[in-house]
Amino acid sequence: MSTLVLLTMTGLGLGALYFLVASGLSLIFGLMDVLNFAHGALLSIGAYGTWWAASGNLPGAGPGGAGFVLAVLFGTAVGTAAAVLLELAVVRPLYTRPREQVLATVGVGLAVPALLSGIWGSDAHPFPGPEALSGTFGLLGAQVPVNRVVLVGAAVVVLVALRLFLGRTRHGLVVRAGVEDRAMVTALGIDVRRAFTLVFAIGGCAAALGGALGGLYFGSVDPRQGTSLLIFAFVVVVTGGMGSVTGAAVASVVIGLVQQLANYYTAAGLGDLAVVVLLAVLLLIRPRGLTGRLA
Amino acid sequence: MTEQPLLDVRDLRVLIGGRHILHGVDLDVSAHGVTALLGRNGAGKTTAVRGVLGLVPRAGSVRFDGEETAGLPTHALVRRGIGYAPEDRGIFAGLTVAENLRLAERRGAGEPAYGLVHELFPELKQRAKQLAGTLSGGQQQMVAIGRTLLNANRLIIADEPTKGLAPKVVTEVAQVLERAAEAVPVLLVEQNLAVVRRLAGHCVVLADGRTAHRGPAAELLGDAEAARTLLGVGHGPLPAHPSVKADS
Repeated sequence: MSTLVLLTMTGLGLGALYFLVASGLSLIFGLMDVLNFAHGALLSIGAYGTWWAASGNLPGAGPGGAGFVLAVLFGTAVGTAAAVLLELAVVRPLYTRPREQVLATVGVGLAVPALLSGIWGSDAHPFPGPEALSGTFGLLGAQVPVNRVVLVGAAVVVLVALRLFLGRTRHGLVVRAGVEDRAMVTALGIDVRRAFTLVFAIGGCAAALGGALGGLYFGSVDPRQGTSLLIFAFVVVVTGGMGSVTGAAVASVVIGLVQQLANYYTAAGLGDLAVVVLLAVLLLIRPRGLTGRLA
Repeated sequence: MTEQPLLDVRDLRVLIGGRHILHGVDLDVSAHGVTALLGRNGAGKTTAVRGVLGLVPRAGSVRFDGEETAGLPTHALVRRGIGYAPEDRGIFAGLTVAENLRLAERRGAGEPAYGLVHELFPELKQRAKQLAGTLSGGQQQMVAIGRTLLNANRLIIADEPTKGLAPKVVTEVAQVLERAAEAVPVLLVEQNLAVVRRLAGHCVVLADGRTAHRGPAAELLGDAEAARTLLGVGHGPLPAHPSVKADS
């Protein structure tokens, strides 16, 4: 029983991490038809930004208490700024050339880890975090790492914030409409490019936060973390339904749990295969994903 | 048309997927009343409208109220005062009726005219919280036209607003457009000649992506042979004025 509880909490933590990456990815694809292969790089930037700040390089930031919160805020802000820059400098000039756009995001997705390796080396660095988040707590006989709960809590906060943004604000309304019919939004007199930049900023913010908190989950940062998580984030996006934040949340939980349980109860590595099989079966049954609807 | 046209389109050309859809359309929209854009299926009417609005890549001159707008992005042109109800209605199925209307509110264009929209289409108020995708075709058309009336527009473009609607709804839509045209000029793309006869003062006819005829609508529709040649209507009598029925 305790093993199942631990696996479930770990699966939920992993799912939360997937959601933080996939929610923005899903909105970007749904609204803009952009397959952003550089999204994992945003996670890496958030992770390295937090690691750099928490390692004592940013005044006021550090591995504990308010200093760690400041480090997370710094890493998230740097990731958000990188996302905006990516949209303005790389994605926007190539809206009318989708093939080149995909290639450009792939290029950025490869260049950023190379850049991080060039500056800080290709080995993993231990991630400095508060002691309170590195311990465990007892749940139904299992000793569950606290950082799993932090990740799940962060994902829930991001989900609620995104739902409120999409459902209660005019910008959210524009994004939901744009996911359905971008040209018609423009024909109503709305500059949809602003929504594009905003969605990139939101997606980058969530991914960078995922990077910052992912450091707690993995205990280290390395340049390839974002790229390996991106693959599963794409699986989440397709499973949840393009452009659907709620779908991404449900799919993240399902995929995180399936991956953890299959890895433990079958053979290590089969969890990844199980996720791909799950995706294939779902696409045969429900081509629009779990929710089959938008936002 | 002797007065200065509100919309003056010259040599509009559209190339889509390597294929010329429009070869040089000239189109004037009067500053008053309804101007009908007519033509057989595939003549290029919808593409012309989309070209004017910049929704498809185009070349040529598009002057709106004297200003050259061909280089403007769609949203900037629309914000100069154009309401657009597209052929497919352009409804956001996943949004409610109220959200569809709210999306069309244009900042800096005064208070949105919800009173007028709800007076003309009381159903839209009753169904405010209903998802637009679950509305009937006629109700969706009400949303599409309602969005054009919400702002103080200087031109309304309605692309086949009566297409696929029941005769009773066709009459209602025609009445609304007639009332709207008292205050705002309307460019009406329409296949239903009874509606054209009732509403339009002027008409422009397209054929094979070119302007084939311009002049008073009554004159064209009064000449059965010309109407049959240009519009491809059948050999029976043209629809009588002023009754408005479903597609002729």
